[in-house]
Amino acid sequence: MTNTPLDDKQDQTQPRVIAELRGVTKRFGTVLAADNLNLSIGEGEFLSFLGPSGCGKTTALRMLAGFEAPTEGDVLLDGAVVNEIEAHRRPVNMVFQHYALFPHMTVAENIGFGLRQMRPRMAKGEISDKVRRALDLVRLPGFEDRRIWEMSGGQQQRVALARAVVNEPKMLLLDEPLAALDRKLRKEMQIELQNIQRSLGITFILVTHDQEEALSMSDRICIMRDGRIVQIGTPQELYDQPISRYVADFVGTSNFFDGTLEAGSGAIAGVKLANGITLGGRPVGAIAAGDPVSLSVRPEQIGLTRKQGGAGALPVTVRNRIFLGEHTEYLVRHETLGEFFVLAPRQSELSEGPFNSGEGLFASWDATAALVLTRK
Amino acid sequence: MSRRIRNFLLLAPAGAWFLVMLVLPLAVVIIFSFGERGPAGGYVPAFTLAQYANLPARWAAFRNTMMLAPTGTVAALVIAYPLAYFLAVRVSARWKMTLLVLVIVPFWTSILIRSYAWIFLLGGRGIPALLDLIGISDLRLINTPFAVLVGIVYGYLPLMVFPIYVSLDRLDKRLLEAAADLGARPWAAFVQITLPMSIPGIATGCMLVFILLMGEYLIPALLGGGKVFFVGNALVDLFLQSRNWAFGSAVAATLVIVMLVTVSIYMRLMARLGNGRDDVSLM
Ligand SMILES: Nc1ncnc2c1ncn2[C@@H]1O[C@H](COP(=O)(O)OP(=O)(O)OP(=O)(O)O)[C@@H](O)[C@H]1O
Ligand SMILES: [Mg+2]
Repeated sequence: MTNTPLDDKQDQTQPRVIAELRGVTKRFGTVLAADNLNLSIGEGEFLSFLGPSGCGKTTALRMLAGFEAPTEGDVLLDGAVVNEIEAHRRPVNMVFQHYALFPHMTVAENIGFGLRQMRPRMAKGEISDKVRRALDLVRLPGFEDRRIWEMSGGQQQRVALARAVVNEPKMLLLDEPLAALDRKLRKEMQIELQNIQRSLGITFILVTHDQEEALSMSDRICIMRDGRIVQIGTPQELYDQPISRYVADFVGTSNFFDGTLEAGSGAIAGVKLANGITLGGRPVGAIAAGDPVSLSVRPEQIGLTRKQGGAGALPVTVRNRIFLGEHTEYLVRHETLGEFFVLAPRQSELSEGPFNSGEGLFASWDATAALVLTRK
Repeated sequence: MSRRIRNFLLLAPAGAWFLVMLVLPLAVVIIFSFGERGPAGGYVPAFTLAQYANLPARWAAFRNTMMLAPTGTVAALVIAYPLAYFLAVRVSARWKMTLLVLVIVPFWTSILIRSYAWIFLLGGRGIPALLDLIGISDLRLINTPFAVLVGIVYGYLPLMVFPIYVSLDRLDKRLLEAAADLGARPWAAFVQITLPMSIPGIATGCMLVFILLMGEYLIPALLGGGKVFFVGNALVDLFLQSRNWAFGSAVAATLVIVMLVTVSIYMRLMARLGNGRDDVSLM
């Protein structure tokens, strides 16, 4: 059941490969920051790196930008190995996680820096035009003459974004470029970034902690862990077919019930949970009987009802109700399985009415909607 | 304790020191400069501008000081900058401390002894003798302005190296990555990022060296051999040899004024250079 989304993607659209990592490993002393990374990025693609702090996302970007040379393996840009090519010769721009704005320059001078390095020289008027448009884009019109330290963190981050975007590079590397922005502004910037990406056909590589951001913006997402790529795929693929509990946990929210895989094969396998209950689910990947696994059930896959359900229904008590507008989220508790989340759409509330805290209900889901995932 | 009393207590030692060691002597010098020389030297109270009228007699000392102090400062800067850059940017953390100590080591020996070493090196049996071997003969180095320049640059180099080193060491190296990322070649990145960011260090170093050079007297006395003398040498002569305290005071007061004027012009310039910067303070 191992999926190969990379191949799927290329079969569909056949994008020209603009950047590639081939067996790239990076060691800092004894720290393995990147471990045999293999990845090819299509022209005009929007790819995100998603993973916990310290998993090597920034390191991967830095090798593409040319600040670090791989310890092993090759970095390719446009089909040529660029391991030895310095950063200033690569047609790539980066938005740094720490902004790295030049403190002795104004906002306009910062943004125009890349344009001023271009040879043949770009006319002054053209530079200031582009700078002004870049400032409009990041919602900072009229900030040209401000000094960097006169700006808030979020404003500085937008200047960093403008400084990279204004050069219209072939590939833009964004290291958590929106992390300091409030929700509304972040949404706006996400839309602007998508517009830029589509209209200019720039390849985007985005590093983010925000899974919602990755899911909503990316063509493909690359889930990382301890310097390794765990899974690459479209947001849909990662959401529907995660290859491990780790991925399922990172993409969307899910309820996990830990247990061991019971013998048996076929579309549905049994998982023996700690409390002795056995629940069915769709096994994913190479797992064998006796392996430690998790049964993963998305909150929206679970149905709640007051009526005594079928054989598989679990008796639960409502602990919390969280109104989310379109949906209502319930935190429910099963005597031995513990607490888990259920996301109920509005319609079902119309039929059964909202459930109250403390109410006894029955929770059930389709066994094919539950995934049996390795815990490794 | 009220804030005012606390501030007063904090400032009192420095204030007392300032008053006793700086303001009082300066006041004495100014009063003396309007007096007259006693018959057996020293000072006789009077009010006359005669001493100031006599200043042109010491014109050579002022000229030498005003030529060699700026030249020495610039020469020290030119030599110190690459050294400081090397120490701050190129040397690995392991070697930094060792090399920094090596820069200070000369300070551990008296400038007197070091200058004697230079007297030998620049004297007839030193470098000129070596040059003689390759056919450059009859070159006189000792007792020339060049010898004095060599001496002061050598003596004050560490004072120039350190402030520049500090400003370069503090420079966020990630800014250079950002510059490279935006397409700046190494030299362009140096000119546009490193150099402007190190201006505070340059300004401080130049200021330190320049002010000290204006008052220098030991090095010109040793390496200038009485031919290349600074205002400092003139003062030693006037106070200790000819015991003309009144004229000496006038020369000293003039030196202070010249210093104040040059330093304030310099600060003005620096303030303009650093206009609107707050990432760095220039002084
Ligand atoms: N220059 C370096 N020297 C030594 N170790 C490093 C260096 N740069 C990164 N590392 C280590 O490599 C690993 C990956 O770091 P990296 O910065 O790529 O993480 P990240 O995924 O970007 O994390 P975050 O989300 O917190 O930014 C970390 O363990 C880090 O400590
Ligand atoms: Mg990072």
